[in-house]
Amino acid sequence: MSGHFETYFPDSGSVDYADQSTNIDETTMAELRELAGRYPQPRSALLPMLHLVQSVDGRVSPRGIEVCAEVLGISTAEVSGVATFYTMYKRRPAGKHHVGVCTTSLCAVMGGDILLERAKQKLGIDENQTTPDGQISLERIECNAGCDYAPVMTVNWEYFDNMTPAKADELLDRLQADEEVVSTRGATITSWKEAERVLAGFPDGRADEGPSAGHASLRGLQIAKERGWSAPDKDTLPAPAEKEADQ
Amino acid sequence: MTDLLTPVLSAHWGEDNSWKLSRYEANGGYEAARKALDMAPADIISLVKDANLRGRGGAGFPTGMKWSFVPQDNPNPKYLVVNADESEPGTCKDMPLMMATPHTLVEGIIIAAYAINSHTAFIYCRGEVLHIIRRLQQAVREAYAAGYLGKDIFGKGYDLDIIVHAGAGAYICGEETALLDSLEGRRGQPRLRPPFPAVAGLYASPTVVNNVESIASVPSIIANGKDWFASMGTEKSKGFTLYSVSGHVKNPGQFEAPMGITMRQLIELAGGIREGHELKFFTPGGSSTPILTAEHLDIPLDYEGVAGAGSMLGTKALQVFDDTVSAVRTALRYVEFYKHESCGKCTPCREGTWWLVLLLMNFEKGIATQGDVDKLLDIADNIGGRSFCALADGAVAVVTSFIRHFRSEFEAGTHTPAWELFPYEKSAVFAEEGAVR
Repeated sequence: MSGHFETYFPDSGSVDYADQSTNIDETTMAELRELAGRYPQPRSALLPMLHLVQSVDGRVSPRGIEVCAEVLGISTAEVSGVATFYTMYKRRPAGKHHVGVCTTSLCAVMGGDILLERAKQKLGIDENQTTPDGQISLERIECNAGCDYAPVMTVNWEYFDNMTPAKADELLDRLQADEEVVSTRGATITSWKEAERVLAGFPDGRADEGPSAGHASLRGLQIAKERGWSAPDKDTLPAPAEKEADQ
Repeated sequence: MTDLLTPVLSAHWGEDNSWKLSRYEANGGYEAARKALDMAPADIISLVKDANLRGRGGAGFPTGMKWSFVPQDNPNPKYLVVNADESEPGTCKDMPLMMATPHTLVEGIIIAAYAINSHTAFIYCRGEVLHIIRRLQQAVREAYAAGYLGKDIFGKGYDLDIIVHAGAGAYICGEETALLDSLEGRRGQPRLRPPFPAVAGLYASPTVVNNVESIASVPSIIANGKDWFASMGTEKSKGFTLYSVSGHVKNPGQFEAPMGITMRQLIELAGGIREGHELKFFTPGGSSTPILTAEHLDIPLDYEGVAGAGSMLGTKALQVFDDTVSAVRTALRYVEFYKHESCGKCTPCREGTWWLVLLLMNFEKGIATQGDVDKLLDIADNIGGRSFCALADGAVAVVTSFIRHFRSEFEAGTHTPAWELFPYEKSAVFAEEGAVR
């Protein structure tokens, strides 16, 4: 069926071969080989290698496909087959900052749908597009494992929790103006490319930023502390015989 | 009588620098791993079996038994792979664990890998969680520097490497065989079983795949014993676990409790349903588990209790929806998720979820036709159980359970749009304060 099909996820297709630009150099090649060397079998490094390609080229570039194939000794078809399977790999340049709005059921009903619509209007772009100045790209994302902070947004894969239209507006304004932005449960926002480099396996030294946990993660723990609840003490467990009698 | 909440995994989440090795050790960290490396591997497996720790990633398979399936006479290397792909809608427990106390996971990996005679372990973490990956990378680096990973761990002659691996966005990689294909640098598509991963997993070698919470629970069992673990929970579902309450409650969050706490108790702890509203439905264990309603508030949330109510405990991801929410809208968005995340390998899933979405869209718009409810159920019947993995079964569970509980809303979808029956802005958390704040 080839006609128009309405979907929330309209993007599909292959890597953009019309854009052959690349920044991949000898340093990148050395890092790609280093990644391949970290695994018992080199091909296991393909996902991290594609993250690294994105950190250098801002997308999965045709040259990126070639160099991954070259380093791993597999075909470019095998690499692009992988690159087009996973949603984090972008076929067109992402923005300096990549913004996600969760619209899986819970976030959607709790406000995610409204947040996404507003973001599109405010930025003047559709989903999977980048603002003309290259500053922000926008994506409808799926459940990002932060449901107790719904509705959730992300910037460069850092959490922005309990979002409201006002908070989202301010966030987008600050990102557009290159002002400092800090994740609700994470570090100071750098850029999507720098995030991709960390995901590839090259740490950026920011692990100690941010809190140990967000407020919702601590909810049960706080109640337990207030009410004096805890796991049993292993030294004062009831004897097994008594336990059986209780049952 | 054990307390209503029993923080073990989450006990130190609120402490300053909880993610650092120094803080973890100040709380007794890595003592269990030291103790374990003085035990025979078979004794560790027996202990975990006897404690009756069951997998916390959804299926509830006994963890110790999984370890015992690894054929030790197989000449290939043995691998331990931690499934940190946490992507099931509603599930949000492993991320805070790895962010606050990643060393709990690292310590659990040392014990589990030693028990199955593995010298290489992987943490496969979904890619869309940058800060959690930073904390994991740093925890592993700290453990190497302290001599807790690498060669001759604790000076006890055991070698272990851990590789932190970031995925790239694919729900299906939470399925263990798809995860293994992905970890081999391929498209994440499930494999036909048998052979099971225990026999032919990563690189066709014996492999154990365990959920983050399962592995992180192991150090406390080594430290405190099987009787301690089994003193919590119900007859067949032992121990403590993380319950994740999200949605239309006043105070959503993580609640670590003995197995068998009820939804009524959890909602109370979470401050009750949002002011002026009532519970409409909830997922017991993520979107793939059939929804439950107010009549199920008092069933024990353990493996048997939830199964007895016709659903599954899953990942204990309790998404709460109040009376402002349209069942049709919610079902559509869940099924849209499965359609988008179908890997495309099996026809019933790839095509079936596509058709389910098309039909559900018509219900949302109020333009479905008479007979479309039965058509939904008929398609669901033709999808369920017909694929390599359970992804499509999740979509089927959504369709059948939503129709079972809210059939009249679907029938209304033949004449009235869902947004007229349930104005969408009313479900938003910022609705009360006005949509623009």
